[in-house]
Amino acid sequence: MTAGQLPRWVDLGLIPFLNLAAAFLVSGLVVILIGENPLEAVQILVWGSLGYGEGIGFTLFYATNFIFTGLAVAVAFHAGLFNIGGEGQAYIGGLGVAMACLALDGIVPWYLTLPFAIVGSAAMGAAWAFIPAWLQATRGSHVVITTIMFNFIASSLMVYLLNGLLKEEGSMQPETRTFEDGGRLPFLNDLFPSFGFGYAPVNLSLFVALAACLLVWLLIWRTKLGYEIRSFGANATAAVYAGISPVRTIVITMLISGGLAGMMAINEIMGSQHRLLIDFVTGYGFVGIAVALMGRAHPVGIILAAILFGMLYQGGAELSFEMPNITRDMIIVIQGLVILFAGALEYMFRPAIIRLFTPALKAKEA
Amino acid sequence: MSETPAIELRKINKSFGPVHANKDIDLVVKKGSIHGIIGENGAGKSTLMSILYGFYQADKGDIFVDGQKVTIPDSKAAIAMGIGMVHQHFMLVDNFSVLENVVLGAEDSQLLAGGLTRARSELKRLEDEYELRVDPDALIEDLPVGLQQRVEILKALYRSAEILILDEPTGVLTPAEADHLFKILEVLKNEGKTVLLITHKLREIMAITDTVSVMRRGEMVATVETEHTSMEQLAELMVGRSVLLRVDKKPAEPQAPVMEVSNLTVTDSRGVQVVKDVSFEVRAGEIVGIAGVSGNGQSELLETLAGIRSATTGVLKINGETIDLGTSTLDAADMRDKSMGHVPEDRHRMGLINSFTEYENSILGYHRDPAYSKGLLMDLSVIKKNAVDEIEKYDIRPPNPMLKTANFSGGNQQKIVLAREIERDPEVLLVGQPTRGVDIGAIEFIHRRLVEMRDAGKGILLVSVELDEIRALSDRVLVMFDGRIVGERGANAEEGDLGLLMAGVDTNSKSLEGGVQ
Repeated sequence: MTAGQLPRWVDLGLIPFLNLAAAFLVSGLVVILIGENPLEAVQILVWGSLGYGEGIGFTLFYATNFIFTGLAVAVAFHAGLFNIGGEGQAYIGGLGVAMACLALDGIVPWYLTLPFAIVGSAAMGAAWAFIPAWLQATRGSHVVITTIMFNFIASSLMVYLLNGLLKEEGSMQPETRTFEDGGRLPFLNDLFPSFGFGYAPVNLSLFVALAACLLVWLLIWRTKLGYEIRSFGANATAAVYAGISPVRTIVITMLISGGLAGMMAINEIMGSQHRLLIDFVTGYGFVGIAVALMGRAHPVGIILAAILFGMLYQGGAELSFEMPNITRDMIIVIQGLVILFAGALEYMFRPAIIRLFTPALKAKEA
Repeated sequence: MSETPAIELRKINKSFGPVHANKDIDLVVKKGSIHGIIGENGAGKSTLMSILYGFYQADKGDIFVDGQKVTIPDSKAAIAMGIGMVHQHFMLVDNFSVLENVVLGAEDSQLLAGGLTRARSELKRLEDEYELRVDPDALIEDLPVGLQQRVEILKALYRSAEILILDEPTGVLTPAEADHLFKILEVLKNEGKTVLLITHKLREIMAITDTVSVMRRGEMVATVETEHTSMEQLAELMVGRSVLLRVDKKPAEPQAPVMEVSNLTVTDSRGVQVVKDVSFEVRAGEIVGIAGVSGNGQSELLETLAGIRSATTGVLKINGETIDLGTSTLDAADMRDKSMGHVPEDRHRMGLINSFTEYENSILGYHRDPAYSKGLLMDLSVIKKNAVDEIEKYDIRPPNPMLKTANFSGGNQQKIVLAREIERDPEVLLVGQPTRGVDIGAIEFIHRRLVEMRDAGKGILLVSVELDEIRALSDRVLVMFDGRIVGERGANAEEGDLGLLMAGVDTNSKSLEGGVQ
């Protein structure tokens, strides 16, 4: 046992738990301040998200989105890049999904459309990340600035396309026509009726997301490319010393990151909405940053964090329905507190816990 | 003997987490003496001095300054008690004048002008009293490091320091500058100041101190009068066993050149020529040392040859292949493919990724080798086995390939880098500062490995600012000054001769340069 090291269960279990507990404690105080009972609020939140099949279904549906955007941010993190553009990349990724579905939905069944939708969404998301990546790699334009600006461009571009080129003829809505069965992923409720997911839109994309987790894990920790990405992120000077090209690493990492963000559109467009529409991303790209932070940029952590944020989304919706005093904004406050304690203040309790454990560790060594 | 000591420490203890950096340290520093503190890296010297200067608080123990028991909560308090510190890395504002730097933080008034005038006359007095001549209006960035250090000393004296702590003061100085510093310290001592000198260089301790305290692994193992001890005894106290200060080696048997550099010129990002028309060769079976004060182009030379930095012009011949460095786009990976190994000067910044495990670092730069891959994935079992072999062969401690390299000591980190580069058996090895910040035991080992490699018929280019190291290892010595190679000497070069060359003094026109020594 070397300096400052804690047992694994403390590092990976106790500390995140304490962070979460602190977040909920402060949230509870806020709830008291607006005159509601915090215990009751927690009850509603947990029941609403995990208490019954449909609630779980919604939680998992949201979690699927968060897994994709969380992975996108995490991959970029490993190269020391902060991809804030998940929002825009996911939005443009929707184009790829829609093009595959619109072209194939009347001809082939969904399982033949799906590979094209995956490739299409990833390619579009990656393409949207390419320009910021290229500018960062060759001109030093900071990727935080450029990706966030590309979110706005994506938004305008999609409004333009959905009002013109992609709009269904004769429709007043800025959206494409609704896909036929060949462009719709099966709902899990139809596949596993016994779970009773009801009308929850959780669909087959959940498994695509879990597969993406496995692939990202393999990429980052088991391939040469992942080794190069992590080297560059941890110490760019040492990476150059090792003959790793910064331009190549930045561009490839951002392409992968953008592709993962783009794949979020599969869940929303092919899995739930069955048409391409305005503003379907609504913040999932940004919450992905929090998910990646809280999940320590590790796929397993991201799955757990994605479920937590899925719970907050779903349970929060129930909560604002049951307790009108607690508005949608309050839920965002609670999310903010979770991000604050689990992300920004991640190490707040650490020194105290190290002090607490040091005598015990010494006793063990002696 | 009844005189109260300038500083007395009693049973000082300090821990960082589970690391016990200072254990029951007792120290008595006599007033008006030069007291050396020597120890390997990580022995706890810097921690102890940081406690004295108020950066850290001791967990336990008492500090007495001038016989008074004190607590030192911050460096401001330390200054108020007359303790001044000259840091290893200077704390100067580069684009301020000497005067402004001296006054910085001690302006005395809201309006600068009055303070500056007062400071100017005070500075004049200090200069006369201690022979510390510096132009008060010169900008720091225009001054050589030796003078910058003088400004640091002036800063401390301006704040009426009676006790001066110098942390590794000669690391960046030429031998001549170091000698001058020692003269200044003598003057300070004669004026009644107390000097605490922290170093790991035995020669300095012997040359200048009155008393020397030796630290080892957080403990004070001995305090002796310098005149009653020897380098060998001190080295033994530091390491806990006797060590060889000389490198045992046979005369070199150089063969054909393996690396030839001609007319190499390198320009840095500011557009300044840092390597100027340098040509030399390294033959198989010899160690060519490049001596020089740091910042005279050696680092850039090494990085250019390693493929990290691009050259303006120049041709490199390696293993018979000719490369035009001015136009080539070869990177570090390409140079490794041409059988060139590289131990970089700064292992923390370049040689290792400290958040990676030991086994991950053991393939840095060689990770594309097909031997380490199985299909699309890396073959971790082969990589780990390779790491374990290197750990065993180089006695890297702790012998745990899963540990992050940040948790290894400096010497063991350096062994990790050396093992990685040497075990690929390159024809040419570039080595920068192989023993910087490395303890004596590891230095011995590293030097032996380099000589073994030479005896196996490889060509080694060694860059070091440690003249002792250059002289101990090299079969030929090239001296760099201001980007040029200003001289070549044989294996038995005189230290004084090299020192003058390093200072840019051509030995042939020595008589014209009255100013140096």
